[in-house]
Amino acid sequence: MREILSRLLATGGRLRSAVSRDESDGDQLATDGGATVKTTRRDSLRNSLPVEWELIESAPFWLPPVLFAGFFVYGAIAWNFLLSLTDYNGLGGAQYESFDLSMYSRLLNDGAFWQAAQNTVVLLVVFTVLCLALGLLVAILIDQQIRFENTFRTIYLLPMSLSFVVTATMWAWVYNARNGVLNQFLRLFNLEGAIVGLLRPTGVNAEVIQWLSWNTTALAAVIFALIWQFSGYAMVVFLAGLRAIPTEHYEAARVDGASTVRLYARVIIPQLRASAVSASVVLMVFALKAFDFIYALRGSQPGANMDILATMMYRVAFDSLQWAYGSAVAIVLFALALLVIGPYLYSEYQRGEL
Amino acid sequence: MSIRDGGFIDELRSTENSRIGLYALLLAGIAFYLFPVETAVMTMFKTESAFARTLPFAPPGTDGFTLDALTTAWNTLRPGLINSLLMAIPATIVSALLGSMTAYGLTTISWRGQVGVVVLIIAGIFIPYQAVLVPLAQFWFQVLPGLLNGFVNTVFGFITGGNWQYPSRNGYVQLLQLSITHAAYGIPICTLLFRSYYQSISDEMIEAARLDGASAFSIYRNIILPLSLPMFAVTLIYQFTQVYNDLLFALVLVNEPASQVATQRLAALTGGVVQSFNTTMAGAIVAALPTLLVYIMFGEQFAKGVAGE
Repeated sequence: MREILSRLLATGGRLRSAVSRDESDGDQLATDGGATVKTTRRDSLRNSLPVEWELIESAPFWLPPVLFAGFFVYGAIAWNFLLSLTDYNGLGGAQYESFDLSMYSRLLNDGAFWQAAQNTVVLLVVFTVLCLALGLLVAILIDQQIRFENTFRTIYLLPMSLSFVVTATMWAWVYNARNGVLNQFLRLFNLEGAIVGLLRPTGVNAEVIQWLSWNTTALAAVIFALIWQFSGYAMVVFLAGLRAIPTEHYEAARVDGASTVRLYARVIIPQLRASAVSASVVLMVFALKAFDFIYALRGSQPGANMDILATMMYRVAFDSLQWAYGSAVAIVLFALALLVIGPYLYSEYQRGEL
Repeated sequence: MSIRDGGFIDELRSTENSRIGLYALLLAGIAFYLFPVETAVMTMFKTESAFARTLPFAPPGTDGFTLDALTTAWNTLRPGLINSLLMAIPATIVSALLGSMTAYGLTTISWRGQVGVVVLIIAGIFIPYQAVLVPLAQFWFQVLPGLLNGFVNTVFGFITGGNWQYPSRNGYVQLLQLSITHAAYGIPICTLLFRSYYQSISDEMIEAARLDGASAFSIYRNIILPLSLPMFAVTLIYQFTQVYNDLLFALVLVNEPASQVATQRLAALTGGVVQSFNTTMAGAIVAALPTLLVYIMFGEQFAKGVAGE
């Protein structure tokens, strides 16, 4: 049944395109008939070009900006790779004399690198999954034909309009051990002692929870704050996906007597796959860029349990002036980003979405 | 009959209860998303002793109220705010204009192979900026000054006597370099936003103009640009917040204290040795003010920009 339907649709599309091609041919004939020699001469000139006329015609618009951005994006990445093969460090300009992979072999033997890489991957995965889950939940709540929908949505998205530096400043106060909101809130319910007993790292004597410096909580604290900031983004994407689902799907499931939970689990959420994929790609890239947040929170030396590749790269290159080594860390980060976006862009290309 | 009525009322009551539950959840959401901002606002009006004594989210009492923290933060951040605006506004406008032109050349005019350029541009959105930092510093602080010094002193040597130096340490030069850098990295996302918009513009009008002999430029100038105005609002607003909020590029490219941007100054305030939370919270609110105002006035456009990414 479905096969027949799709075949019918395909034929329809082919018919339609054939018709429109006829129409456009007709138009062209009409203008050719109406216009004089000028057009024909221009046409013959166009036909003799080695490339399409449209390519030449459009080049003044896209080529300068693409060269400008391309120099800064791809030129700089290639340059960065070249630098990672040298052993450039210290003050002064780079020397491009000998090239080898020594910086990469140094990475493999660097404990700090593996720690930062592990933190990066944990941050990436946990942040993205939880952000998607919370964003989906909020989007479903907002999609219940509520009043003041715009107000709710605007407030939920507000943290995303703030700078990482601003949110880091605010969360430093929230997580403050002595007077911060979080610990005061836990004290209200007499929970602080229990959590201290549960999470306090061995060898630490504190009686209050030091969210940002304990190795048991530091990364989780960063992830939680980032979820606070970016779940609004996931909400917006899922809301657009929910609005694109035809209402008949809801009604059909209702007629079948499905409960709300079953309706969403079986009918609605499976249709949000595309939204989830595109949201998770963007969120993962945000997570790779979380440098600003951690830097504003703890400076360029956030400690082993909060260090990610982005902060490590900045510290190695701009604090210790080990430029080549920093470039090698940057290339690893770039490779991670490629692992995320490569398959995504390829699948978008395959589906003709680009 | 009466049974059925009871069932109806029960159903009504249960939906009513679930509506109340729904709104309770939505209000809890507001509390969750706003409490860090709310505590910041409350804390910035408190004295040193008051913010240690009171609950962070409670308003300051009459004895614990002060504007000193706000004044200090404002004085610390004001030069940074001006620098941020000087740097971010031109960068935003340039990115949006170039993004619109690129999207036009790659969408409305179609040619074989353009998808390759589009892929490169979209991938450019997702680049972690760490991968370009060292070359950026090299380019702006070593290569470009070297080239310009050589050029100017060779061509205009009879004036400069070979002593001209590119003013790398001039604060405004550094801001200009930062602005140009942001403009370049903004092009990919602006192009994507405009491209999805141009894909939705119907071909008929453009086809008709083309058959009338309109050039690519006049189609852009007379049809596409006027139609793009709402999308310009979205792009300018989204891109302005992105550029204004950035810290990383400023850290690398601006080292003259006088030309530091707002995020740099706030990071210095937060990371300082003495942590007075009333001052840092006031700093956070002051630094957030431009984007907050833009967001409150143009929230709808911001949401569209976000969704476009």
